[in-house]
Amino acid sequence: MGEAEWLWAVATCVKALLIPTYRSTDFEVHRHWLALTSALPLARWYSDASAPCCPLDYPPLFAYFQRILALPATALGGHPSALLRLAPSSPSSAPLPVLIYLRLSVAVTDLVFLLAAARLAHRRLPPARRRLVLVLLLWSPALLIVDHIHFQYNGYLLGILLLSLSFLEEGKDLAGGLAFAVLICSKHLFLVAAPLYFVYLLRHYCRGGSWEASRRFLTMGAAVGAVFAAAFGPFLYYGQMQQVLSRLFPFGRGLCHAYWAPNFWVFYIVLDKVLSFVLLKLGFDIPAPKASFTGGLVGNFSQFAVLPQVTPLITFLLVIFAMSPCLIKAFQKPQPKHITRWVAYAFTCGFMFGWHVHEKASLHFTIPLALISVDNLDDARHYFLLSIVSCYSMFPLLFDLQEYPIKVLLLAIHSILMWIGFSSCFRVGVAPGGTKTNNSSASNGKQGFIGKFGTIYLLGLLGVELWGQLLHPYIFGSRLPFLPLMLISIYCAAGMMYSWVWQLMQILKCS
Amino acid sequence: MAKTRARRPPATAFVAAEEELQPGAALFPWSTMRLTPPTAAAVALFALLVRVLVSLGSYSGQGTPPMYGDYEAQRHWMEITLHTPAAEWYRNTTANGLAYWGLDYPPLTAYQSLAHALLINASLPQSLALSSSRGFESHQSKLLMRWTVLSSDLLVFFPAAIYFVWVYFQRNVGGDGEERSAPWFLAMILLNPSLILVDHGHFQYNCISLGFTLGAIAAVLSRNDFAASALFSLAINHKQMSLYFAPAFFSHLLGKCLRRKNPIFEVMKLGFVVIGTFALVWWPYLYSIDSVMEVLNRLAPFERGIFEDYVANFWCSTSVVIKWKRIFTIHSMKFLSLITTILAFLPSFVRQLKAPSDQGFLYSLLNNSFSFYLFSYQVHEKSILLPLLPASLLALQEPLLFGWLMHCALLSMYPLLCRDRLLLQYGAVLSLFGLIFFPPHGNHVTKADKLSTKEKALIALGLSCSIVLHLVYLCFQPPKKYPFLIEALIMFFCFSQFVAFTIYTNIKQWMLLDCSSWAVRVKKDL
Repeated sequence: MGEAEWLWAVATCVKALLIPTYRSTDFEVHRHWLALTSALPLARWYSDASAPCCPLDYPPLFAYFQRILALPATALGGHPSALLRLAPSSPSSAPLPVLIYLRLSVAVTDLVFLLAAARLAHRRLPPARRRLVLVLLLWSPALLIVDHIHFQYNGYLLGILLLSLSFLEEGKDLAGGLAFAVLICSKHLFLVAAPLYFVYLLRHYCRGGSWEASRRFLTMGAAVGAVFAAAFGPFLYYGQMQQVLSRLFPFGRGLCHAYWAPNFWVFYIVLDKVLSFVLLKLGFDIPAPKASFTGGLVGNFSQFAVLPQVTPLITFLLVIFAMSPCLIKAFQKPQPKHITRWVAYAFTCGFMFGWHVHEKASLHFTIPLALISVDNLDDARHYFLLSIVSCYSMFPLLFDLQEYPIKVLLLAIHSILMWIGFSSCFRVGVAPGGTKTNNSSASNGKQGFIGKFGTIYLLGLLGVELWGQLLHPYIFGSRLPFLPLMLISIYCAAGMMYSWVWQLMQILKCS
Repeated sequence: MAKTRARRPPATAFVAAEEELQPGAALFPWSTMRLTPPTAAAVALFALLVRVLVSLGSYSGQGTPPMYGDYEAQRHWMEITLHTPAAEWYRNTTANGLAYWGLDYPPLTAYQSLAHALLINASLPQSLALSSSRGFESHQSKLLMRWTVLSSDLLVFFPAAIYFVWVYFQRNVGGDGEERSAPWFLAMILLNPSLILVDHGHFQYNCISLGFTLGAIAAVLSRNDFAASALFSLAINHKQMSLYFAPAFFSHLLGKCLRRKNPIFEVMKLGFVVIGTFALVWWPYLYSIDSVMEVLNRLAPFERGIFEDYVANFWCSTSVVIKWKRIFTIHSMKFLSLITTILAFLPSFVRQLKAPSDQGFLYSLLNNSFSFYLFSYQVHEKSILLPLLPASLLALQEPLLFGWLMHCALLSMYPLLCRDRLLLQYGAVLSLFGLIFFPPHGNHVTKADKLSTKEKALIALGLSCSIVLHLVYLCFQPPKKYPFLIEALIMFFCFSQFVAFTIYTNIKQWMLLDCSSWAVRVKKDL
């Protein structure tokens, strides 16, 4: 048994033990999709409105994936009625066989992630670094929290993303592009990186003379087109396209989710609140905003009191603008060795400035960034901070006391393993990147490795958690329940902002 | 730590060690030999995580009135200790009906219940209300109860395990010229699946008494005999079952005292420590002989019979052929089991008395506890945890034996854990143990290619037997005439293995070379 398989098997044992934990409404959503896709004809998948809680709003390839997942359940018999019942039920009251079946389906489809991680680690890294990257990927606490407690299928989707990246790094552009097409036909949140993929493939794959270039362009177009045709074709045939698109892009939602994802807009909202408060005190007449930003309900447009209103178009333009440095770099000099960094940066931009972003979306760049975290000490430092912030920002997903020790322990173990791994990786004088590293970094204690600024920031994170768990209930009781959550959002947003700026600087630096 | 490193021989023919020399290789707990504070923390936190995850499962007697199970017993003791004075804890009163889970562990367990009761009472008093809370079950109270076990484990067993591993390498107990991975050793002690399942699944507080025992063992190895006597007295005062280890401690400490200048004075000093600790713990009952006897009677429930359920010991296994319960009265049965137990541990006892050594001490702990498990009165399945503790301490010397014993111990508790609906946790923790037992790149101690074909075949045979037993118990409905047929089969299998172990480890203890004995070591040190 190789190390990757061993790590995966250990993680699978932990995943099995996580089966009885809390699951969010996403559990019921996915169960309902299983029932929906197996009970209804394809033409009605996207138009069915029998369950208002969970309309199918993922692209068709994911719907097919759910249909396939329902097959063994129908073949096995057992409790198909409970698993594949269309009527909605509460996720906490799911019968044990249903629970085990769905939880295990996540654990088993994680094999795609294992495959991609092992492939990447073995082809790209020297043996000494392999182990560390595998630990970062396969034992990612954020992925465990989102997939195996909260309940989603990110492991399988991120596996496809990693596969695509590994193809691109090896120069197999066609396969890379194809994998990415499959990915966006499975979850359209990954669409953010499409401009980058387009520019990169256009410049890197479609090269040569004009004849060769156009031949390659057509090949790629045909391949990607085929994936899209396979995904959307049946719905086009049934005249469901309009319905599908309206489900996929529900712009009726607010700018921010109920719990603010730690991104740029947190500062924008806070600034607006502060300004309106100050102006009110100064005697200006300011119309009070109608809806609360923490609502995040469908059709509930967020209103700002002082600052200009934000529309989906503005966020779209802002994302493209933020992404432009890496688009330009990819256009000028498309290099396979930079593609992972660029893709991660593109996802970071989407996370920082996008419309109605979920905190879970930070996985889209923390997972690919794990691959380059061992390149040099600076990357390691950045990753150490980013991965802790990203995982911590997911803590509010699990609010029950029962899961509290689990999430804390997961993050603590991850931090210690990162600490052990990075400090033993960089204890030698010169790292492979050629950068001179601090010789005494390992013996210097934590400060030598992450620096003063990072240490203070992480201690602050601890302070935020202590405030939310102990001091806030002690001082305010049950009043102002949103304050600790807001604090987490703002504090993590600061860390995310730092990560975004840092990544931007790295991209500008290396040409 | 630096001292430990200096004493350790250089590790060479070992894959992980080679990688350690590679620049930039990550020194994760499974790929390094050294136990540094971060590695120890990683192992300990992971062990804690596994405990937290197992504690999500159901507990014994969940939702089964009127008697429930061990969980309700512990909750009831909290209720009693919280609301009645200490003098009445072991007495049948209107508030404390002894027929309903009367306290039958020594006073330290009662104090521990009181401490936990005070904590729980602060946030959920209705779960401990006198009388009215019988059978109280709720999500929150389960969580709080689980956290009391987790915190006890963290406060007692974890420090003891780390202390033991540290002492083990500092004193070089395993002998020279051996390549050993300290983090792996710590993981073997902390990730004991049987202990985790019984404490955090079934619901008990074995971690406290076993933790005190482990601390006492470490103290013996570090030549701190007073601390050892005090800690072991605490262990006995938490669960009287810790007496399984008493002959080993007694013979080892006595053997060492006899080699000193003033043997009688030395023995008296240790005796005072033991008596002092006992007096402290028993203080509320020392006002009269009657009250002491009242407690003692509660601790020795002879009326419950020689064995319970299907425990893989001598009396239960042979009762299929010889109906012990019919042939002998309770009184003669008591006597018979006492004699056989003494006979069983006598060889190991004599050996330690004559030539006390560190390694011999660990073996004698195993042999003593096994002789009690196999032959003493009123043993139940969970008592296998006691021999498992010293077995895990021998994990570096007898890796395969330890792994196999762990597996048999789990199998012997399999029907019990199935009844507690902990099958999922059982499977996950067993696989986890197997994975960590065989880390990637192969630990030298568990390398399969060292074995001969014969041994491999034997292991394969044993494993397939166990897999068949596991599956048959789950899927096969026993004939109506013999409803406990499969339990009995599991019991026979485990009993045969346990007997083989005891014979092997007894021989092994006798074969240990005299040069490693304590007397010689002292001369060297001088």
